[in-house]
Amino acid sequence: MPPLDPLPLAASASNLLAARELMAFTLAFHIVLSCLGVALPATILVANYLGLKRDDADAMELARRWSKAMAVTFAVGAVTGTVLSFEFGLLWPEFMDRFGSVFGVAFAIEGIFFFLEAIFLAIYIYGWKRLGGWAHFWSGVPMVITGIGGAFSVVAANAWMNQPQGFVLDAAGKVVDTDPLEVLFNPATGYEAPHMILAAYMVVGFLVASIYAVGMLRGRRDRLHRLGLLIPLAIGCIATPIQLFVGDTAAREIADHQPAKFAAIECIEETGDHQTEYLGGICTSDGVKWAIPIPDLDSYLVGFSADTEVTGLNDIPADERPPANTLLHLSFDAMVGIGTGLLALGAWFGFVWWKRRDIPPTPWFLRAVAVSGVASIVALWCGWIVTEVGRQPWIVQGYMRTSEAVTEADGIWFAFAGVLLLYAGLGTTAILVLRGMSKRWRAGEDEPEGAPYGPPAASEGAA
Amino acid sequence: MTKADAAAAILWVGATFYALFGGADFGGGLWDLLAGGPEKGARPRELIQRSLTPVWEANHVWLIFVLVVLWTAFPPAFSAIFSTLYVPIALAALGIVLRGAGFAFRKSIEGLQGRRAAGATFALSSVLTPFFMGAVVGAIASGGVPAAGNGDAFSSWIQPLPLLIGGMFVASGAYLSAVFLVGDARRAGEEDMEAYFVRRSMVAAAVAGAFALAGLFALHSEARYVFDRLVAEGLPLVILSGFCGLGLLAVLLRGGRRPLRPLAAGAVVAVVWGWGVAQFPYLLPTSLRIDQAAAPDPTMTVIFVVFAVAAVLVLPSLALLYTLSQRDLLEGEH
Repeated sequence: MPPLDPLPLAASASNLLAARELMAFTLAFHIVLSCLGVALPATILVANYLGLKRDDADAMELARRWSKAMAVTFAVGAVTGTVLSFEFGLLWPEFMDRFGSVFGVAFAIEGIFFFLEAIFLAIYIYGWKRLGGWAHFWSGVPMVITGIGGAFSVVAANAWMNQPQGFVLDAAGKVVDTDPLEVLFNPATGYEAPHMILAAYMVVGFLVASIYAVGMLRGRRDRLHRLGLLIPLAIGCIATPIQLFVGDTAAREIADHQPAKFAAIECIEETGDHQTEYLGGICTSDGVKWAIPIPDLDSYLVGFSADTEVTGLNDIPADERPPANTLLHLSFDAMVGIGTGLLALGAWFGFVWWKRRDIPPTPWFLRAVAVSGVASIVALWCGWIVTEVGRQPWIVQGYMRTSEAVTEADGIWFAFAGVLLLYAGLGTTAILVLRGMSKRWRAGEDEPEGAPYGPPAASEGAA
Repeated sequence: MTKADAAAAILWVGATFYALFGGADFGGGLWDLLAGGPEKGARPRELIQRSLTPVWEANHVWLIFVLVVLWTAFPPAFSAIFSTLYVPIALAALGIVLRGAGFAFRKSIEGLQGRRAAGATFALSSVLTPFFMGAVVGAIASGGVPAAGNGDAFSSWIQPLPLLIGGMFVASGAYLSAVFLVGDARRAGEEDMEAYFVRRSMVAAAVAGAFALAGLFALHSEARYVFDRLVAEGLPLVILSGFCGLGLLAVLLRGGRRPLRPLAAGAVVAVVWGWGVAQFPYLLPTSLRIDQAAAPDPTMTVIFVVFAVAAVLVLPSLALLYTLSQRDLLEGEH
């Protein structure tokens, strides 16, 4: 299907920028929580399994603690995810009007997964005391499956925005027919969905491990901390090499199917073969400044030969080029750089574990693990910047510009300011709450008893 | 029945579940808000906390279900509603965030002050959120949303009918919640709490009924199409709702405890479907019909498949969750 003529700009440039910033900010906040929703259940169940199988009290205690932390992060994730579905309509009503019937099917399927995850998560989290050991364990297994299924469906919707297919438009641009299977299994789903699911496992693996690495650096070297480091770290380290393979495939697919995005990522000005790969630097129209150039490598990475032709920005119409090439380029490099660093960390850990069945005996290893959590979140954000900013100026690649999709409503900047404040408070409180829980656990206390916010004495007296 | 009508029915099924279970959760927040100081309110708050904790997130998903079905099956309606009623919708979203976060934080946050702040946030936003949702529904029913979207951001919903419907949402949530809590208190053997929520059930039933009656008058003047159908095609449902509401009051006044929940639920379900029947065949009375807004057939097929899967997988899972929760196999304290 040929792209439609761009419709007249429906809204002011200011609304467009405000809506994009608001969407980007709320998405960046939510995506970290959604990683926890996708991959924390499996991490918890590994600990739970070890605890049951080996009668290991420490592993059980870890599973119990992590599930209580998940109760908090899942709640915040559920509400910030709801905000995103509201924002679809509040910020991009024209997009929903024209294409809701097409990519909505992915969200309809996601709804089922999210429903089942919320249900079984509640059963698991609140079933510790009164459900039997293995019955309780099995009540948690649906969370793992639904987490992966939910991530697949949501990312399929995003993949569709990058490589739209599965619909027929009439002369006025109205959707008159759909093919839901083509929508779900568009070519980009094949690499975007596994890339995101693996990213979730990496973020959770390294993030949870980093918390215990910090504890060990502070001298808490008990078995609980060791196990709390080892279980998630193993998960992160297993996911990393698979992720680099998937990511490499994804980059080649993008070079083939989204040449504008790829050219912007790699700062390619002129179409041609023997393209140089630039590490770092700033993209300008006279070439890349302050980068480390590696001759021919870009062509080689795209087609396994220096003779591979790669499309440059000169072959993309000026009004279809992504903005902020330097941002895209550096985000991509940061993502790949962090991924490579995490691969090295995993290799180090794997080698020492294979030789001595132990954690590498240097504080530098713990320091590296301690930063790996934040680093993996940065890589996650960078990856989404590449996907989303790299698709601009399109909201649906080749069919609808983001400027056509945006709302005419007033006050988006005002809403953005409010949301910044709200989420700053939300994030700070969530971290304080989690830290408080951890402090209480270390002190050997459990949750505060009694009524939600009455003084404990009163509730004891009454009960 | 056309495919589009069937999809609209699915939308209404989702809305019904959300009104029942989401509504009751909001009501729990209202009773928490009105429970008084830390000492006086400790026991009702504890009961509310216990019965809400394991189920509120699952109940919240019905809202997502409704939104997704609306934007997938009837995209122009979704777009028109969101581009017109963005003020109450954004305020409802704010309420959803504050309420969920406040509830999740208040049991784990350090210090009494933190817990009170989180608890007050939860309780207050439990009242504001259903109010703005009701205002959105009222604005739709009164024809405040033009099919083309971008209707007036304020006059579309700051009218007697939407505001009354907002009040009715808050009151009916409180009513459902109080009735559900009567059962929970009874099961926990807390007789004084049982009496406490019996009194509140009766007050809330009366207030919700008053809002409904006032709403009927406002409907008559502001939404004539909907009113005319409600008192004709929708009349059996109006009667059913009144019968359930009065029946519940009668049972409570006689000191009975059965059947409370079916009557309370029946009153609310009848209102939701009465609204649907009264709007039919419009999604946005009287500018956008169901068939005009409908997505292409293959998309509708996905909605049916998703609904069938939900019926086979989600409903039994929900039943399991409620059963475990009602048998006290899920601890609400942690």
